Amino acid sequence: MYQYSDFDAAYVAERNRQFRAQVERRIDGSLTEDEFRPLRLMNGLYLQLHAYMLRVAIPYGTLNSGQMRQLAMIADKFDKGYGHFTTRQNIQYNWPKLPDVPDILDALADVQMHAIQTSGNTIRNVTADHFAGAAADEVADPRPVAELIRQWSTDHPEFQFLPRKFKVAVAGGKIDRAVTRAHDVGIRIVERDGQIGYEIIVGGGLGRTPMIGKTIHDFLPEADLLPYLEAIVSVWNLLGRRDNKYKARIKITVHENGLDEIKRLVDDRFALIRPQFSGVDQALLAEIKAQFQPPAFRNAPEDAFAAAYDADPLFRSWADTNLAEHRAPGYAIVQISIKKHGDTPGDATSEQMRVMADLAERYGHDELRISHEQNVILPHVHKSDLPAIYAALRDVDLHTANIGLVSDIIACPGMDYCALATARSIPIAQQIAVRFDELKLEHEIGDLKIKISGCINACGHHHVGHIGILGLDRAGVENYQITLGGDATDDAKIGERAGPGFSYTEIVPAIERLVKAYLDHRTSKDETFAQAYTRLGAAPFKAALYPEKEARANAA
Amino acid sequence: MPKAFTPKVVTANHLLEGDVIYLANDGGWTRRLEEAEVLMDEDYAAVRLGEVESRQSEVVGPYLADVTVGPKGVQTTHFREEFRKTGPSNYNHGKQAEAV
Ligand code: SF4
Repeated sequence: MYQYSDFDAAYVAERNRQFRAQVERRIDGSLTEDEFRPLRLMNGLYLQLHAYMLRVAIPYGTLNSGQMRQLAMIADKFDKGYGHFTTRQNIQYNWPKLPDVPDILDALADVQMHAIQTSGNTIRNVTADHFAGAAADEVADPRPVAELIRQWSTDHPEFQFLPRKFKVAVAGGKIDRAVTRAHDVGIRIVERDGQIGYEIIVGGGLGRTPMIGKTIHDFLPEADLLPYLEAIVSVWNLLGRRDNKYKARIKITVHENGLDEIKRLVDDRFALIRPQFSGVDQALLAEIKAQFQPPAFRNAPEDAFAAAYDADPLFRSWADTNLAEHRAPGYAIVQISIKKHGDTPGDATSEQMRVMADLAERYGHDELRISHEQNVILPHVHKSDLPAIYAALRDVDLHTANIGLVSDIIACPGMDYCALATARSIPIAQQIAVRFDELKLEHEIGDLKIKISGCINACGHHHVGHIGILGLDRAGVENYQITLGGDATDDAKIGERAGPGFSYTEIVPAIERLVKAYLDHRTSKDETFAQAYTRLGAAPFKAALYPEKEARANAA
Repeated sequence: MPKAFTPKVVTANHLLEGDVIYLANDGGWTRRLEEAEVLMDEDYAAVRLGEVESRQSEVVGPYLADVTVGPKGVQTTHFREEFRKTGPSNYNHGKQAEAV
């Protein structure tokens, strides 16, 4: 894992010192809120509905056990004993008090963490494939590239007043697990004739005008990455629509100018600035790469795993659902669901954080990951240790076998916390999960992604859910719109609106009808919801959602 | 005839705690909607809001929120204000937990 250099440590300490003084000046009245707001946002501090919220970056979703324990300590000492993991691989604390925030930031700095650029119109926390370094299908570990971009973008003088926020995701596998096509810039590491290069995707994004990113370069040489990125951001920095917040993201710039024109401008800019990159960046990348060496995998028998798998049906179900294929023989990737039926998606208590930290330290080469799907990953676990891990998880309710299933729902905080929300998301997710658990249909249904956002900003990625739910305020009442057929993977697609929205009490039954329609129409258990939707189109699903309309049409 | 005025309260978040507060009759802050000063007149509401806008070192983002006054006392009219008054629905945190 990357260790802070002296420069990094001094930089974060200095930023914290500055922010401590800014907080003091806000409290003693020398700074107004208008003056203070941009300063606090630069340090990840929001004011939400009921309290402040501190958003802490987990760069490329990677943590060690010491960091996870510190997150737990902060939750206990300064918050209400839990944290919320988000779709952008951040952790959010929902209840910090303003005078405590400088101490929280110092506690984070003690374990090489910070909240810088988790907000504001800057290049945000760079996200990456949560199976980085572990996935069987990996071309190269995306994290060194993500770290390089973090260093380049942090306090980049040209990019402190961008038209809007700018999100970068990096994927290193043959499968895209980082939703690269829904980011301002997505980077996919690819291999061609034994050479590593990058596919650069630009102009994706969800929110009010969802767009799937387009490939602007299909094979960028490694050494050109930073100058090329810098060219993209600077072209957008000049062209981006500062007159209208909703048109300021690069997706609109690409859409309005066309990919060809953007590519031409980027190429021109690139030609101009490329010579300024003397190779220091590549030397730095090599140093960073050296810090992401794979752990020493061990060669051991897997008998303990096989025995538990045969003997314990609950362990078997968990193993079948929550493990993913590792690149090293005898190893597995463990996905810990923090979405027990009825619990808040993405929330973990301090006790659960400590248990996960202990497991990582003892069995997992001291590594943890946070996925954009709001779960926690132990990326490197030898299979013989899985029974012990399962038992420890069970003691703290972290053993839910639902990864990728109907209750593994992405949900943003919605109106339970978020000041921008138009409706709640969390209780909808809780109720759907509980309902399908009661029906005992979850494993029968199989792979199905439900994603819920509490407003048009789409932090819950609803557009790319197989079933997306968007909470709106319709004349002072919560109303939920359904989209169907979205996809967050390699064939990224924006879901289509199914029809009129549903009230708070109608939405869960509507989802149940929808899923039952899938069960009725699928050709076999092997045909997933997404495949059935592709084959059948929206009609049978709409019929299930709006039975009255169907009945009227039949009567007419 | 002028349009009927919807009663208002001045509400904001507390600077230090960040929690929801309301302006009371005496010009102090209360954490309970029931104790808020209900403003029945548009001009007076604007005056009260204007007064607190200068109290920057106490509160963040003051604004006027609609309420109704009925047999059950002061009530919110929009669900957002109801959540602000109560707290989140997934945990017994926030105001609902502090209520005695
Ligand atoms: S989607 Fe909207 S409600 Fe949900 S977290 Fe984002 S801004 Fe808040």
